[in-house]
Amino acid sequence: MSGSLAIRGGRMLDPGRGLDKIADVLIENGRIAAVGPGLAGRAPPTADVIEAKGLVVCPGFVDIHCHLRDPGFEHKETIETGTRAAARGGFTTVCCMPNTEPPIDSQATVEYVLRTAAAVGLVRVLPIGCVSRGRHGEALAELADLAEAGVVGFSDDGNPVADGGLMRRALEYSQALGLPVIDHCEEPSLTKEGVMHEGWVATRLGLRGQPAAAEEAAVARDIALAEFTGSHVHIAHVSTRGSVELVRAAKIRGVNVTAEVTPHHLTLTHEAVAFSPACPARLSGRQAGRPASNDGLTYDTNAKVNPPLRTREDVEACVEGLLDGTIDAIATDHAPHALEDKLCEFDQAAFGISNFETALGALLTLVPGGRLDLPTLVAKLTAGPVAALALDRRPGLDGLGSLAPGAPADVVVLDPEREWVVKPERFASKGRNTPLAGRTLRGQVVATVYGGRVVYTLEAARIGTT
Amino acid sequence: MSNDPRSGAGRGAGTAVEEGRTVRLPPSLPSFWHRRHVLDLDDFSAEEIGLVMETADAMKEVLGRQIARVPTLRGTTIVTLFYEASTRTRTSFELAARVLGADVISIAATSSSVQKGESLVDTVLTLQAVGADMLIMRHRYSGAPYLAARHSRLKVVNGGDGWHAHPTQALLDLYTMRSHLGDLRGRKVVIVGDITHSRVARSNMWGLTAVGARVVICGPPTLMPVGLDGAQTGARRGTGRHERDELALPPVEVDLNLDRAIEGADVVMALRLQLERQQAGLIPSIREYARLYQVNAERLARAQPGALVLHPGPVNEGVEISPEVAHGAHSLIEEQVTNGVAVRMAVLYLLAGGQP
Repeated sequence: MSGSLAIRGGRMLDPGRGLDKIADVLIENGRIAAVGPGLAGRAPPTADVIEAKGLVVCPGFVDIHCHLRDPGFEHKETIETGTRAAARGGFTTVCCMPNTEPPIDSQATVEYVLRTAAAVGLVRVLPIGCVSRGRHGEALAELADLAEAGVVGFSDDGNPVADGGLMRRALEYSQALGLPVIDHCEEPSLTKEGVMHEGWVATRLGLRGQPAAAEEAAVARDIALAEFTGSHVHIAHVSTRGSVELVRAAKIRGVNVTAEVTPHHLTLTHEAVAFSPACPARLSGRQAGRPASNDGLTYDTNAKVNPPLRTREDVEACVEGLLDGTIDAIATDHAPHALEDKLCEFDQAAFGISNFETALGALLTLVPGGRLDLPTLVAKLTAGPVAALALDRRPGLDGLGSLAPGAPADVVVLDPEREWVVKPERFASKGRNTPLAGRTLRGQVVATVYGGRVVYTLEAARIGTT
Repeated sequence: MSNDPRSGAGRGAGTAVEEGRTVRLPPSLPSFWHRRHVLDLDDFSAEEIGLVMETADAMKEVLGRQIARVPTLRGTTIVTLFYEASTRTRTSFELAARVLGADVISIAATSSSVQKGESLVDTVLTLQAVGADMLIMRHRYSGAPYLAARHSRLKVVNGGDGWHAHPTQALLDLYTMRSHLGDLRGRKVVIVGDITHSRVARSNMWGLTAVGARVVICGPPTLMPVGLDGAQTGARRGTGRHERDELALPPVEVDLNLDRAIEGADVVMALRLQLERQQAGLIPSIREYARLYQVNAERLARAQPGALVLHPGPVNEGVEISPEVAHGAHSLIEEQVTNGVAVRMAVLYLLAGGQP
């Protein structure tokens, strides 16, 4: 293939630079060469061309929180299937969490992930290293070693850093390395064996709940420690109104805190565990006047996720936090699982949602009141996450998350109006665990370009590449 | 075993003749009954509950005979699959099935391939493959019978799942109350104890409110689930209590004070207190629990004269109920057990006669 690619006639949306206009994007040698109207004519005759008229062209999405399961859980996902799914979802950079087997707590494992991802070559993979050795929550991992090997932050995600003393030391140590600590905020003494949000739906289903306070207590502790140490703490997957309020107040005080939220916490509530959209029987059958079918309660293990889906009030607070800048980024927490991990009793099922391939459509379709406009949405998937983890300060990544000339040529072409039905059996991801199966979503990725190469095109869209 | 999965249908409805006497079963099942499973009472109408009650009356008559056996479910294979120990529920179901002439296979999870790691869905599909028609299931995890119902063609009866539901217990409780009080509309029923962990309480709340009873829930605040009523269970911010449709949970009242809650009650139902709740730190001591929440003669004096006392068993005498009340004139605890067989016969009969 030639080193040149032109994306012609689309609505170019580059929120990080405040640009929203019809323009061509010219790519040469893996970098953005130029952006502007009528540029395509200047492309060399050998250049590939993507016709993007009527479509939106924006920087490739950056996901700062996902699980690729490789090494160790290749039956759930591999770096190859995971990055293929990411490309289909429009993500060109993904940061993978270290809860693998072995966990990413040594240079060797970091190198394995980087080498494997580079060999697959579909999207950029930036690993996150463990906070504690073996993710046991006891002793610090060799953070400097991990930093040198190329991790972009530290996290024991999946588990919280429960020990406040360890969290303090991690923050102090990581500050010297210029990297954030990313915490899965959960006070374990308050969530013991809880499998969903502690609210009225848990009462209806007879399931053990995790109270919102369990997350908020940990968020408050982390903010206090970030304030004390001056270090950067990044709050993973904020899910409650109280957490949003804590982060908002901390940012106003000038605390070095950033935060992310997942697509599911912006779109779904705990009601998704019990009631299917086809049968919105929040009323019992007798009150809704349906014929008694007794299939009302779904106990949908695909809606089992940690932190759990919360109330409508929490969803609205997360959207509000995203709009007012309290929350910096949307991160998928893509968490693929094998069928048997989910086809079982709710208590026994694994936590997590396979999210790469539905994130965009869900965000465009299911945010309450449609309050998330496209420019904000794209900003929170591009410039927002890049700034949160300062990814553009890494060597070779100058301009990441934007379409600035010289930036890596990571571009996504999307059709915000295109309707499609979620069919998990057609996912590129091995994880078919989504509560959105069968739902019609509006908005789909049409083409993904990574480093100047087209790594995905939507076949049905018959996009004109010449 | 039945080769024809529909064989339970058609034959079930109508009359069951034994020794020349006709049992008064409904001549054919009414059109409003088209239930395949009994998983909870949350979607039962008063009409459906009434049908179960009337059918149980007829079954009670069968049980009163010298040779209590009818051929109604002959050729139907019923499996009891119990993942949790149970004496009365299991015995009651198996007796009910045998009286109706069904073939009964009894599987305890400890003795099956479950111990070899077989998944619930695989176990249920295996039972279906060998020709079972109906599955009666108890499981320690809430929702497990729904999983079985969704992934098989078996008719499923929930014999108790986790903290969630125990519909046949609630039906037999309703039957027992009804046989003493008649229509339960407007009757005050107090359910006292560990509500959070009680499937019996949850199903009773649905069943009782469906037939128009006034239900008051009582227990220590640490054993009271969120979202039912805010007035006395603290603010519990973030439970979504204000977002739910009014009837998404049963419309019950909550009162944490038993002396007050029991005033004028027609029925008092005490729940079993699992002694491990104290170890889990949910209550300070059994002693204090008994002092505050035990159903005893003194408290019962505040209820209606002749108020009925129920308990799903097994009873911790001296904890949730005093021995003199448990064995007193108002206690229906033994009658509940007896009625359990008739009510479960009714449930099996109605399911067998329902749509295949």
